[in-house]
Amino acid sequence: MKRSKCYAIAAASIAIIIGMQSCKPKNAGNAVSSDAAAKTYVTPGKYDEYYNFVSGGFSGQMSVYGLPSGRLLKVVPIFSVNPENGYGYSEETKPMLNTSHGSIPWDDQHHLDLSQTNGEVDGRWIFANANNTPRVARVNLATFHTDEIIELPNSAGNHSSPFITENTEYVIAGTRFSVPPDDKNGDVPINTYKQNFKGTISFISVDKDNGNMDIAFQLQCPGVNFDLSHAGKGKSSGWFFFSCYNTEQANTLLEVNASKRDKDFIMAVNWKKAAELVKAGKGRKQAVKYASNRYDEKTHTATSTIKTEVTVMDVKDFPGLVYFIPCPKSPHGCDVDPSGEYIVGSGKLAALIPVFSFDKLVKAIDEKAFAGDYEGIPVIKYEAALYGEVKKPGLGPLHTEFDDKGNAYTTMFVSSEVVKWNIKDLAVLDRAPTYYSPGHLMIPGGDSKKPSGKYLVAYNKITKDRFLPTGPELAQSAQLFDISGDKMQLLLDYPTIGEPHYAQGIAASLIREKSIKFFKIENNNHPYVSKGEGATKVVREGNKVHVYMTAIRSHLTPDNIEGIKMGDEVYFHVTNIEQDWDVPHGFAVKGAANAELLIMPGETSSLKWVPDRIGIFPFYCTDFCSALHQEMSGYVRVSPAGSSVPLSFSTGTNLPKNEDGAPNK
Amino acid sequence: MKRIIPALIIISAMYACGNQNGSPAVAKSSEEKTEPANPSYDPNRGEGKFKNVEVSGKLDAAMAEGGSKVFAVKCGACHKTTNEKLVGPGWKGVTERHSAPWIMNFITNTDEMLTKDPKAQAQLEICLVRMPNQNLSDGDARNLLEFMRKNDGVK
Repeated sequence: MKRSKCYAIAAASIAIIIGMQSCKPKNAGNAVSSDAAAKTYVTPGKYDEYYNFVSGGFSGQMSVYGLPSGRLLKVVPIFSVNPENGYGYSEETKPMLNTSHGSIPWDDQHHLDLSQTNGEVDGRWIFANANNTPRVARVNLATFHTDEIIELPNSAGNHSSPFITENTEYVIAGTRFSVPPDDKNGDVPINTYKQNFKGTISFISVDKDNGNMDIAFQLQCPGVNFDLSHAGKGKSSGWFFFSCYNTEQANTLLEVNASKRDKDFIMAVNWKKAAELVKAGKGRKQAVKYASNRYDEKTHTATSTIKTEVTVMDVKDFPGLVYFIPCPKSPHGCDVDPSGEYIVGSGKLAALIPVFSFDKLVKAIDEKAFAGDYEGIPVIKYEAALYGEVKKPGLGPLHTEFDDKGNAYTTMFVSSEVVKWNIKDLAVLDRAPTYYSPGHLMIPGGDSKKPSGKYLVAYNKITKDRFLPTGPELAQSAQLFDISGDKMQLLLDYPTIGEPHYAQGIAASLIREKSIKFFKIENNNHPYVSKGEGATKVVREGNKVHVYMTAIRSHLTPDNIEGIKMGDEVYFHVTNIEQDWDVPHGFAVKGAANAELLIMPGETSSLKWVPDRIGIFPFYCTDFCSALHQEMSGYVRVSPAGSSVPLSFSTGTNLPKNEDGAPNK
Repeated sequence: MKRIIPALIIISAMYACGNQNGSPAVAKSSEEKTEPANPSYDPNRGEGKFKNVEVSGKLDAAMAEGGSKVFAVKCGACHKTTNEKLVGPGWKGVTERHSAPWIMNFITNTDEMLTKDPKAQAQLEICLVRMPNQNLSDGDARNLLEFMRKNDGVK
């Protein structure tokens, strides 16, 4: 075949492909190229290259996927009870969901941020926000267990959260809804927003060794809605940037009344300066009430402590701490590029994307290039901080992530696409349709100093016709793109859990080797542990009965319990005495009004059971653990209150008295 | 046409790579039964890190005591010290049935032994529960052996 002929055929094919695309730009069939399957195929028995942590939105949980396969690896319960493993139901985990409002079994989980060292993800922890009843959680990435949840006072709608500083010194949480401070009389007319409502930013310190969180201080800011935020990095690492909307301070029909101004703000906070001021004793102590819940890996038990004080600084009293940068219009995402120089505000109602320069911001502050003030806070002149604008990027820009080649990727909610543009020259380089209406997007390390340039996932708000219909409610779709070349290439669609908002990704190698396989029974300090079957027993304390039980393939000890009476509260403390990977045991007892337990090897877990009637109640292991799993069971006998049946417990010895099985007394 | 020939060579080379010993796959099946499953495997020692375990004629009482504590936490749920089977076989006579290295390899390298060792597999057919790896330290394993010896009457 002659070479010229080859070229002619290739050119004709390309022309046909382009032609097809231009006819039906929204047809997924031609958006996927033939090698997409091979790029996402992970051979059975092989691992994925990246962990992908995805917020669960209204499910309150976090899901973990492998990339590039899109396989769901785990759902980690954080802010909602989880019957699958008893989280929030077991006696040990109930305190995790305690708040100043009491126990809250559900929340709305929007954003995740991986811990970082020197601006790079380090795989130690991932932080999660609860949007509705303001809280921040820390998940341990050695156990994939929620180890801590802290509540935030003076806050309502914890949306601008949780975003970390580049060495995980602080987790920052900005309130979406401004409200009267907790120590003020909140019984005020709603239409006194301007006078009475304040916006609070919380700085939560993170212990660098054990990760323990405390509220270091809060900044009281003018009443606006804080939407999202990100830390500066490198040269801007001492600063934090927040998108603000509703600078109109509307309290009703925000759709109209909070969309009046052409520009709202990016708020720049010099957090290093704020931390120094607090260290020097500035700020006032405010009486508040919030819960601090911590899980101890040695006792396998959480404790909840109500704290009563927080240090608050009113930013207008501390010049030089906070500046407003005008940003068109109702900005949503607030993202900082890997160098720390460029701050991208995604004005969701704007027809362009403004990019601000940190160097210009510093210069503008030095030269006092202010356009005025907003509630006593200097407002920098738009042009004085602006690096440039991305013109006609698409409709409804929401969020931006970065690759390792100086490019930015922004989701366009209204025009349903991801737009790739160059940070330096602000030119749009590529567009890829998504199905449909993407919210957040994620590139592994894409908000850190060192992004990976291989994959991008868009999390779509609308699924419609992408999967087999499942009635009115559809799983939201995620879409994986290959971004290693000049053009983005759609590889894969897959359904998700709840409603994904922000997500994070990290090279699997940073987590895989550290993953704990089981808990050492020698280190189990649970007060009701049974270290071996010899330690099992049943103890009555008034009407409370504690059953110290062990589980190992394929029996529970004790498996015959008598002498429980109506009016008793029975606590089954089940210790899984297996010491090998992937051998959990379950525990369920008939009539239990909460959930079941799933107990990891070496762990102790407790289920409270209040029998409501007289009779024989079976209990059994709920996790198919061995060939004799169906045999892993037992019975509890419940007698009337005041019965003389003695408390007894055994395994293997409570045999029929007579050969013919005649009844015992 | 010239380009087709190298392509065929590559394809056939790939095919050959896919077959591990390079010989035609068809002729193999009849021979397989006569070959020993694994000629290098020593069924007396088992598979694992322990080759020679020094065992004295006399009992080390302190080690046996240490073994007794490990037994209570990690073994006693499934094994009796008599010859009665519970989940797993009773321990009476275990040190006479198996060599010291075999026992220590089995209790520390359980999964591999259950896959390879004929005696372990025969036991699995009786018990039907794969013995869990209880992640014993080397010291725990040696102490348990001493506890088993004591149970078998070594003084």
